[in-house]
Amino acid sequence: MSAILALFRRDLALAWSAGSGAAAPVGFFLGAAMLLPLSVGAERTLLGAIGAPILWIAAALASLMVLERLFQADLEEGGLDQMLLSPAPLEALAAAKAAALWVGVGLPIAAAAAPAAIALQAPPAAAGAIALGLAIGEAAFLFAGLVGAAAAASVKRAGVLIALLVLPFFAPPILFGAAAAAAAAEGAPFGPAFLLLCGTTLFALALGPIAAAAALRLQAT
Amino acid sequence: MIQAFANPARFLSFSAWAWPFAGVAALILFAIGAPWALVFSPGDYQQGESVRIMYVHVPAAWWALGIYAFMGGASFVSLIWRHALADVAARAAAPIGAFYAGLCLVTGSLWGAPTWGTWWVWDARLTSMLILFLTYLGYLALHAAIDDEERAGRLAAVLCLAGLINLPIVHYSVEWWSTLHQGASLLRDGGAAIHPSMLGPLLTMAGAYAAAFAALLLANMRADVFRRRVEAARLRRARAS
Repeated sequence: MSAILALFRRDLALAWSAGSGAAAPVGFFLGAAMLLPLSVGAERTLLGAIGAPILWIAAALASLMVLERLFQADLEEGGLDQMLLSPAPLEALAAAKAAALWVGVGLPIAAAAAPAAIALQAPPAAAGAIALGLAIGEAAFLFAGLVGAAAAASVKRAGVLIALLVLPFFAPPILFGAAAAAAAAEGAPFGPAFLLLCGTTLFALALGPIAAAAALRLQAT
Repeated sequence: MIQAFANPARFLSFSAWAWPFAGVAALILFAIGAPWALVFSPGDYQQGESVRIMYVHVPAAWWALGIYAFMGGASFVSLIWRHALADVAARAAAPIGAFYAGLCLVTGSLWGAPTWGTWWVWDARLTSMLILFLTYLGYLALHAAIDDEERAGRLAAVLCLAGLINLPIVHYSVEWWSTLHQGASLLRDGGAAIHPSMLGPLLTMAGAYAAAFAALLLANMRADVFRRRVEAARLRRARAS
């Protein structure tokens, strides 16, 4: 247990340390969201209809950015060998890394989504529900993304490869998440789309660490 | 059965006659099925002649799914029993499956233009076939990106099994999504409601696709086994000199 907590705290500290700080993905998220009104025009009804779904795409792309170095750094520095030698199960350690990423990067993105949603003409009353849905969806992105990050850990410059591997896994959460955001904008935030989003997140939480650990064991041998 | 084919020499002697056999079967089935489907079968009372795209499109869709299931089985065997040929089989099947999925998307688009009046709709089936195609590409890209062949095969096997879990989730979620947003779908669930005069050529073409897959799979696997032998021989010679 202490190994899992220690890894969680180490990765959280790394996520907030200078250089690889969480500010970069959040900035990317806001920048990508800003491009939307520049590309489709500032008409309020149009932005209100597509703003929240675009935030989901921006969040998915921002979470891709942090996946590349997630296991690569551990593999290069020998941290992965320590994880394999540790008595704690590798699945739990992989989950701890993803959880640290979720707290360090996923939650700030979700928090930034509330003002961004208002700026993109979503009703201000719905901003909280949109941010909550995105916080849950970020967990699905990061835990499903573990699989791609672990499988491509030994590949140099794996960013594009990880994106290709992981994007099919992003389809269900983005689908239900955007539907939940649209429902929130219409004033019915916690309907079936939100519950299905929670369901896909639970799927990713349960299966992502197992598949990632299977891939990590192969990386070390 | 599984262990019997673990021996590459036994596989080579079996596949030496099996792959031309499957290839000839594919050619015969195409020779019967293609004229039957494309010329002699009746046109549709609504769609006219464009219904003939179905005979190219539907078997491609079936086998694009079937080949991924085959790869999932081979990946499972490869991870559990460290079966050397299962890796080779999964890797050899992937480009064929990717081709069938791409063929399904292209012919579906060509079929959609005259019948639906659009090249593409974000219908549940189209979307999940597109994601299947992307999954194939991801599998091939991961395999190509890792130098160590054994590790590449086993990491790709993990990815393949993860995709095997993901694809039904994607399928049912897009189904839920498209029924939520579009109401009545343009596609009809009419699988069983097909006339025997169309079912005959359709099944013949499906058989031809399956035989073509078997022939190409075995030929690909043989090429891979031979390539590994050549590399091993080169290494031995380099060490000896």
